[in-house]
Amino acid sequence: MSTVLESLNTSLHKAMHTDERVYLLGEDILDPYGGAFKVTRGLSTAFPERVLTTPISEAAIVGVASGMALRGLRPVAEIMFGDFVTLIADQIVNHAAKFRWMYNDQVRVPLVVRTPMGGRRGYGPTHSQSLEKMFLGVPGLHVVAPNTLGDPGQLLEAAIADDDPVLFVEHKLLYTRPLLEADKGDLVDYEIQPFGAPFTSYVLRFTNHAVKSHLTLACYGYNFELARQAALELLMEREIFCEIVLFSQLSPFALDPLLDSLARTHRLLTVEEGGLTLGWGAEILARLAERSNDFSRCHFHRVAALDLPIANSKPLEDAILPSVETIIHAALELCEV
Amino acid sequence: MPDNYALFRTMLLIRRFEERLLAEFSTGKLVGTTHAYIGQEANAAGIFSVTDPGDVVFSNHRCHGHFLAYGASSPEGSDPYRLAAELMGKATGLVGGRGGSQHIHWRNFYSNGIQGGILPVATGMALAEKVNKTGKIALTFLGDGTLGEGALYESLNIASLWRLPILFVVENNHYAQTTPIELAVAGTITGRFSAFGITTLERDSTDVLEVQAAALEAVGSVRRNGRPVGLILHTYRFSAHSKGDDVRDPAEIARAREKDPLLIHAPRLTDAERARAESEVAAAIADAFARAEADPLPNLKDER
Repeated sequence: MSTVLESLNTSLHKAMHTDERVYLLGEDILDPYGGAFKVTRGLSTAFPERVLTTPISEAAIVGVASGMALRGLRPVAEIMFGDFVTLIADQIVNHAAKFRWMYNDQVRVPLVVRTPMGGRRGYGPTHSQSLEKMFLGVPGLHVVAPNTLGDPGQLLEAAIADDDPVLFVEHKLLYTRPLLEADKGDLVDYEIQPFGAPFTSYVLRFTNHAVKSHLTLACYGYNFELARQAALELLMEREIFCEIVLFSQLSPFALDPLLDSLARTHRLLTVEEGGLTLGWGAEILARLAERSNDFSRCHFHRVAALDLPIANSKPLEDAILPSVETIIHAALELCEV
Repeated sequence: MPDNYALFRTMLLIRRFEERLLAEFSTGKLVGTTHAYIGQEANAAGIFSVTDPGDVVFSNHRCHGHFLAYGASSPEGSDPYRLAAELMGKATGLVGGRGGSQHIHWRNFYSNGIQGGILPVATGMALAEKVNKTGKIALTFLGDGTLGEGALYESLNIASLWRLPILFVVENNHYAQTTPIELAVAGTITGRFSAFGITTLERDSTDVLEVQAAALEAVGSVRRNGRPVGLILHTYRFSAHSKGDDVRDPAEIARAREKDPLLIHAPRLTDAERARAESEVAAAIADAFARAEADPLPNLKDER
């Protein structure tokens, strides 16, 4: 059974093998170390000319990759911790994501920036955050987050094939997780409907359409693991049926599948690991408010991290980040109304 | 042998273009802002007289002079019309009115308005030329003000470490907007390059032939050795940083104008050649602005 890490690593091998324009840049990515989270393991051995270990210079890593992309290469840059995206913000916002439109569609910037986000490993305030919300809505940028349901490697290959810059957000806890198989385990009662291309997202709906679902859970990345667990417990212990809308492309994003699900459940809970205020869920709800025909009949809640730095100590970190329990608690409150 | 006429014509084209531009702001045909290259023309004219048309250029906020000189060195000749159209926000502009003064692209010429941020991008372009074995080099421009940006030092480090064919042109016009270099730059400019093992050539001259000779050596070195070089050109801008934000001592500006690159180079031409250059440039600029003015404005209806 393949893990998320193996899937990503395999896809990088495949991309570099099939396309000589693909380059990797990042800190400590050479073998035998193979990158801080080992996603790039084996690649410098297989493709020594095209795997470039860099100084600790995040702005230059992305800037150099952006220049390579403008001139026809297809670089994949690794930023060792997602917390460091603050250091690449200028290169993403004012350079890579802007070039194509600003230069009147005369250029393309096929750049991928991969980075591990997320907490729950006790890394403390500057190595645990989920900062992708700062990049959602940046014109010209695609933000993509793999999960255990779709094939993460296929998403990464699609990112490399994309002519526009992609911020590829990998939650650290996903790396060791096995890829899920439809019709197995807790997915057995779900019909899985893909939507969106080339970054496929999913709606998980009960196969038996006669079942009236009570609640829609919207999530992405690692929080799909929590949402799935919460949905299972809600079903087993409370007979509350949840549909799950799992996004792989966070920005720009498709709203229709969520509207369809909301029309069935009239209750939506968004789950994210970034801070609550002005976050992903806030935009989802705002769009639904604009588009939904019976918004006033629907009920909403957001589960997210508290608006605090991520603490180092486990009980503090656990209290700050969303959990299966906080999702269940919020779901029960929503279902009471 | 340097083509004295071509050098003079390029400098004059930049000068008259920028003068016309500054004048048009008061007519209401132009909005926004601009950063005139007046006084620094010898740099662009000298450098682009020795580059290859296939070389890749990443310029900064003060890019009109670089662009006009780049265009003048290209086989098809320069295109002041499409620059004028861009500055007027017209659909026919270099980038359809989306970029304006600081954000243009044409062939292998790119510019962006973020100080320092362009330098790693240019460094990546040099890497692409190197791995694609094109024999072309990258050139990028920074001012004394950009020396304060950290992205420069990340770029110098990587360019030297990876032996990339890139020329960093520092145009020290002694002022970052209104802040004199004495209040902004510690140490030396050459020291910043030598710290990374990058050789420099330095000239304190507004004589286009001196700049050309230095550029020839610098560009040749980058192309021959495949390693970065810093070309440090001390200069002076006669006009304000942008339009009217000038707090410099008028006497200082007057002294600098005595070393006007056009005055220095003009005696190398005959009276007839100078008159010809003036009339050619005047006609080109009149044509550029007239056509641009008549062009349509863009709209967003074709957006996805």
